[in-house]
Amino acid sequence: MAVAKPLPHDAARLHVTGQARYVDDIPSPRDTLHLAFGLSTVAHADITALDLDAVRQSDGVVAVLTADDLPFDNDVSPSAHDEPLLANGSVHHIGQPVFLVVATSHRAARVAARKGQISYAERPALLTLEDALAADSRFEDGPRIYTKGDADSAITSAAHVVEDTFDLGGQEHFYLEGQAAMAQPQEDGGMLVNSSTQHPTEIQHKVAEAIGLPMHAVRVETRRMGGGFGGKESQGNALAVACAIAARATGRTCKMRYDRDDDMTITGKRHAFRISYRAGFDAEGRIQGVEFTHLVDCGWAQDLSLPVADRAMLHSDNAYLIPAIRIESHRLKTNRQSATAYRGFGGPQGMVGIERVMDHAAHKLGLDPVELRQRNYYAPMQSATAPAGAPHDSFVPAPDAAGDLASRGAPAAPADVTTPAADVQTTPYHMPVEDFILHELTAELLDTSDYATRKADIATWNAGNDRFKRGIAFSPVKFGISFTLTHLNQAGALVHVYQDGSVHLNHGGTEMGQGLFQKVAQVAASRFGISLEKVKITATDTAKVPNTSATAASSGSDLNGMAVKAACDTIRDRMAAYLAERYQQPVSAVRFEGDRVIIGSEELSFEAAAMECYTGRISLSSTGYYKTPKLEWDRIQGKGRPFFYFAYGAAITEVVVDRLTGENRILRADVLHDAGASLNPALDIGQVEGAYVQGAGWLTTEELVWDQTGNLRTHAPSTYKIPACSDRPDVFNVALWNGENREDSIYRSKAVGEPPFMLGISAWLALSDAVGAYGGSYPALNAPATSEEIWRAVRRIAPEA
Amino acid sequence: MVKVTMTVNGRTASGEVEGRTLLSGFLREELGLTGTHVGCDTSQCGACVVHVDGKAVKSCTMLAAEADGAEIATIEGQAAPDGTLNVIQQAFQDHHGLQCGFCTPGMVMSAAALLKDNPKPSEQEIREYLEGNLCRCTGYHNIVKAIMAASGQDVSAVAAE
Ligand code: FES
Ligand code: FES
Repeated sequence: MAVAKPLPHDAARLHVTGQARYVDDIPSPRDTLHLAFGLSTVAHADITALDLDAVRQSDGVVAVLTADDLPFDNDVSPSAHDEPLLANGSVHHIGQPVFLVVATSHRAARVAARKGQISYAERPALLTLEDALAADSRFEDGPRIYTKGDADSAITSAAHVVEDTFDLGGQEHFYLEGQAAMAQPQEDGGMLVNSSTQHPTEIQHKVAEAIGLPMHAVRVETRRMGGGFGGKESQGNALAVACAIAARATGRTCKMRYDRDDDMTITGKRHAFRISYRAGFDAEGRIQGVEFTHLVDCGWAQDLSLPVADRAMLHSDNAYLIPAIRIESHRLKTNRQSATAYRGFGGPQGMVGIERVMDHAAHKLGLDPVELRQRNYYAPMQSATAPAGAPHDSFVPAPDAAGDLASRGAPAAPADVTTPAADVQTTPYHMPVEDFILHELTAELLDTSDYATRKADIATWNAGNDRFKRGIAFSPVKFGISFTLTHLNQAGALVHVYQDGSVHLNHGGTEMGQGLFQKVAQVAASRFGISLEKVKITATDTAKVPNTSATAASSGSDLNGMAVKAACDTIRDRMAAYLAERYQQPVSAVRFEGDRVIIGSEELSFEAAAMECYTGRISLSSTGYYKTPKLEWDRIQGKGRPFFYFAYGAAITEVVVDRLTGENRILRADVLHDAGASLNPALDIGQVEGAYVQGAGWLTTEELVWDQTGNLRTHAPSTYKIPACSDRPDVFNVALWNGENREDSIYRSKAVGEPPFMLGISAWLALSDAVGAYGGSYPALNAPATSEEIWRAVRRIAPEA
Repeated sequence: MVKVTMTVNGRTASGEVEGRTLLSGFLREELGLTGTHVGCDTSQCGACVVHVDGKAVKSCTMLAAEADGAEIATIEGQAAPDGTLNVIQQAFQDHHGLQCGFCTPGMVMSAAALLKDNPKPSEQEIREYLEGNLCRCTGYHNIVKAIMAASGQDVSAVAAE
């Protein structure tokens, strides 16, 4: 069976030969036009005049468009209709698109775009969280607050209290392939769009609105992205819409790609947070209660900030049973790029909050940080298989017609939620935790990584070294799987079996390197009992599978794998019924395996079986559909079951720090991660490795710096430091946990895109451990813990060092 | 406009280009060799690495006119004419040295240049050599492993599968 085999990425051969096509590689007509935006150079202002004569006269320019020239909706927001494609009288961050240049080459468009004269009447810009909070500049009417129990009195009466505030920076996606789109006008006014997007349906919807056509007139195709990480969930809208508008205006194919510095200046990033906490512990280190305040930098437009900030709240417990908790989340509007989805979608920020609390408490109580964590874990899973559940089909009223329903930014309808029994352990949002496996997983990781011995060795080593100190830290992950906007948890697929037994596979998920297409093809091959070569993977296409959700929230293989399974099974059942009758056998005697169809004592090749079914007039094509069961969530109350299940993992990282410079490196990382019964262990391990490094990068070297005018100074890889090949851990042991999903997911696997990102938190905690070795008090690191931050922290706790 | 002629993957290629045209642009736009990727435009990511007279060069750092008369090798010319992958390409496939694949052509070309000078590099040497090739997806682990394997070295110590 193809499932569970460690097969290479489906397009590996195309990648190593340079044949794999990204949007900018797709052949286009000779007269293709190229686009560039003219950008705002101030953070907040009214535009008083726009002189674009020099732009129009620039070489190769075919057209220049402003907000006034747009034929229909001027909006590329995935949520609140607050993000015009082109600035409408005012600008809200440096890098906001103001006008659009259409020219004969990419370079000509970029050169011309620099020549615009924009006059501004500047307005005060909100560039810090304090300023935004003071000005009450926010999304939603006020803070969201989720509570369980009475946190304040639990903390007040606790034996030990820790409290602090720290900063947690954002993160640039740095997908290697920048944003790109191409639009080709069709004969009937329709538009064919190729877009580097995680969300083709969203692109289709926004393009249709922008050119005043129904969605059926717009077809969006996405074969692959050169990385996404959430940065291509909504941030591709502007390019695709710009291309479609320009293509409509000129009748020619239009193409747009952001150069790296434009990409970093224009597009949103991970949300930066400031987290304040106050937590009470008993003498044994058991948490009694905690209060969190999240100040969330959402940037200038709403985008997906509400669900991101929600998910941060939903991960404020991480792996710990917290009797009383209160989380207050302020979604602040500032004059920066509009922060957006990024791998983990707020989950990592929430998780860093509680891991910081645990670290701080262990330091204060003088307990081993692993032991303290284990004492606070949720109770273990009771039964390894969950009862089946049905999708929660309460009536959901459709919001206003203009709503962007397929976006995570869409409004959520209130839901009826079931209250769990009082003796069931629940999260801060009152969801029972039934699949907790971190006790066993932690024990195994401590053992395989030799934690106790190494910890003792490090203490000895540190005692003999003044300048360098080593540190070691453990962190667990419990990450909720499902879109928190319940209606997005659906997927469709389209499968054809041709008369020669070859199979055409299509589904709504997009490929950004994670290996989704291969994993889903493995599912299809397994359902038909055929080898993978018989299954043709095809580009995501809104004309084949409609109304898809973004490939996001780690949901790709869970949702699309199930939809494909449903489609394959429909065809298989039809084939089985026909062949059983034809060969006078019971249907139960028909099996599909080893590229053959076995019908009792008869046996046919799959090709022959397909041929027979075709001539027998059996339909060999089917759609498939899946919706996730058991979900019910009310985001306003903060109650219900937003997640189908949890994915788990844990990491132990060892680092060394130089007191004099703050420089540091990761010496070793050990990871044990839960992918359920993995659909493809090689691809899943690749996800875990990449995610760990990206997560560690977020919390260590990746620093975004804006100056006092709101200008992002780190807009290129020269100043923004993602991990390079020499930064990866010297020793890096990654293994998958041997277990199955308790819930009935596709072949009992678990989602793997986002959860391992948070394993990188252990690197940050290890740095804290190392810095702590210089002095007595708690290092209280901010994130990212750059060399400068570490240098400062050493001086804070050991002034004379 | 200047006329440039160079040998690309063993074939003569010429074209009229503006003086400022980068080699990466010439390969991609004039010759349609889109396997050479542009990831940063500023000589930092290494997605555009090709060989110029046998040396690894970031093709966004060189003018097409400077490459006049040179021997250029790109990712498209690495496999045998019958499609058989070279040993580095095969190792990247077998050892999962890629995810989104955008960095892959540059990685393969850099690896080829490294192995030409240093047929059995240590893990440390590989990592240092690849300093100018960024990958956002893989965490580099399998890339290093693939290059070790391509050089005929045992990779069992590099990581668990
Ligand atoms: S595009 Fe040449 S180094 Fe990045
Ligand atoms: S595989 Fe995506 S950048 Fe390397």
